[in-house]
Amino acid sequence: MDASQSQSLTVKARQLRDDAIQTIGTFGVGHIGGVLSVMDALTVIFYSKANIDPKNPRKQDRDRVIMSKGHAGPAMYVVLADLGYFPKEWLKTLNKNGTNLPSHCDMQKTPGIDMTAGSLGQGLSVAVGMAMAAKLDKNPATIYCIIGDGEAQEGQIWEASMLAGSRKLDNLVVMLDYNKMQLDGKVSDINDIYPVVDKWKSFGFYVQEIDGHDIEAISDAIDNAKGSGRANMIVLNTVKGKGASFAEAAANCHSMTITEDMWRKETGRYDV
Amino acid sequence: MTTDEREIRQTLAQALVSLAERDERIVVLDADLMSCHATKCFKERFPERFFNVGIAEQNMIGVAAGMATMGKIPFAYSFAPFATRRCYDQIFISVAYSGLNVKIIGSEPGVAAEANGGTHMPFEDMAIMRAIPKMVCFEPTDAAMMEKALPQIADYPTAVYVRMFRKKAAKIYDESLEFELGKAITLKDDGKDVTLIASGIMVERALQAADILAEQGIGARVVNMHTWKPIDVEAVKESAEKTGAIVTCENHNIYGGLGGAVAEVAARECPVPMETVGINDEFGQVGKNAYLSEVYHITTADIVNAAKKAISRK
Repeated sequence: MDASQSQSLTVKARQLRDDAIQTIGTFGVGHIGGVLSVMDALTVIFYSKANIDPKNPRKQDRDRVIMSKGHAGPAMYVVLADLGYFPKEWLKTLNKNGTNLPSHCDMQKTPGIDMTAGSLGQGLSVAVGMAMAAKLDKNPATIYCIIGDGEAQEGQIWEASMLAGSRKLDNLVVMLDYNKMQLDGKVSDINDIYPVVDKWKSFGFYVQEIDGHDIEAISDAIDNAKGSGRANMIVLNTVKGKGASFAEAAANCHSMTITEDMWRKETGRYDV
Repeated sequence: MTTDEREIRQTLAQALVSLAERDERIVVLDADLMSCHATKCFKERFPERFFNVGIAEQNMIGVAAGMATMGKIPFAYSFAPFATRRCYDQIFISVAYSGLNVKIIGSEPGVAAEANGGTHMPFEDMAIMRAIPKMVCFEPTDAAMMEKALPQIADYPTAVYVRMFRKKAAKIYDESLEFELGKAITLKDDGKDVTLIASGIMVERALQAADILAEQGIGARVVNMHTWKPIDVEAVKESAEKTGAIVTCENHNIYGGLGGAVAEVAARECPVPMETVGINDEFGQVGKNAYLSEVYHITTADIVNAAKKAISRK
């Protein structure tokens, strides 16, 4: 990735963060922390790596992106709206009666969402099944799956990881959003998942650990993953609430109230 | 009544091979119980389409759901408690709520688990599966029914749960059987006093009970309610109208089971005296089918007694 592409993706990530802050702020409350921590990874995946076509969201050979930490749905929605999967106006309907954009991802409601999520731990098994089916069909799709660090406390994550490692699913790229915080506090205080690199290595994964807010590092890690010959884990060291000063300053920003004043001030969007 | 010459599990596995020959979407998953499900023939014919994912049922259901998103029609097998209770949230969210077309085969229903005992003896599988929106819940009676059901199950656009007795069942049907999922089969229509609505291994017992009742001058209809959901509302109404009394017969807890399903319809559409032969809120235990059937009061004699009681309440 050259410097200009990196720069343009950095700008794009900032715009998407502002879209997310505005979207959740318009509703008034939401999972802002985990939405913002994955935004750089989503930007790299959707704007520079994934084989996708917003005009043909179900094309068979597309890459799949599963947001297993389903509460980061709004992060997916701002990306999908920006790419034209649905009108940007929809973002104003987040979580409102009759919306197509529920807080947790729903493949039956939202164009571009490849899998429903919300009950933690389940998306990774689904991603493994997609990767196995893709191999069976010689489908070139890469399956991206983003899991949370709190989510890694779910036993199903390890069932799925064992199978992915055992079957050397090199078309699977799992990303751990390692922001170190969960709903009730620090992951390390509640039920520590450390050492994550050693854990996934021992499950047979090719593991890379990077700064999850470094666009170039994310891009390089995805490129490296594609030739690894193994199931891939990219540990994204992230900051929960990254890019929203009020969220970063909060003791815990897993889910928080966002007033109109807060989102306008943060985004500088006073004219919308 | 004769015993089937074919096991239901072998019949299903061979039928899956036949179906997979002409439909490349068919894949089979198991959680280390291939030997118990006779699916080796599928593995040998289609090694790349058979996935033993190890002892991890929750993951198996998720993997099946992922394959379904890619256009496959996965059949995921385990013993009935582990195919349902163990991975209920995965079935609920990753399969049903996501609108994915996964077929779940749960074997050894109720007392059929015999020596595996209470941990393996599901009296609640149909109740919990029935509570999942749009889930089809089917219990085949014998090998011929299983064989004729398979193409329908594969073609059904939503998830289907099959509660499968594995071994040689009482032979009720032969190859001439024609039936539809969701449409009950009336096996005996000449009784005027009571209708016995049965499923699975209880169909044979209901037929035997009808013979005993006939000897005592009591006319019993017998209906095979193989599909508990969507239940055949018309068949329940017809039973109530023709005989004015209903006895349900199930190898399952009466709470949420076939008795509950029929009662829901009867109470709404055609209230008549009803008795429910089934497991009355108990856990399982080790023992032979015949012994356990005595213990839990699901024998032919229990059906006869229940029929008389229902009739007495008219």
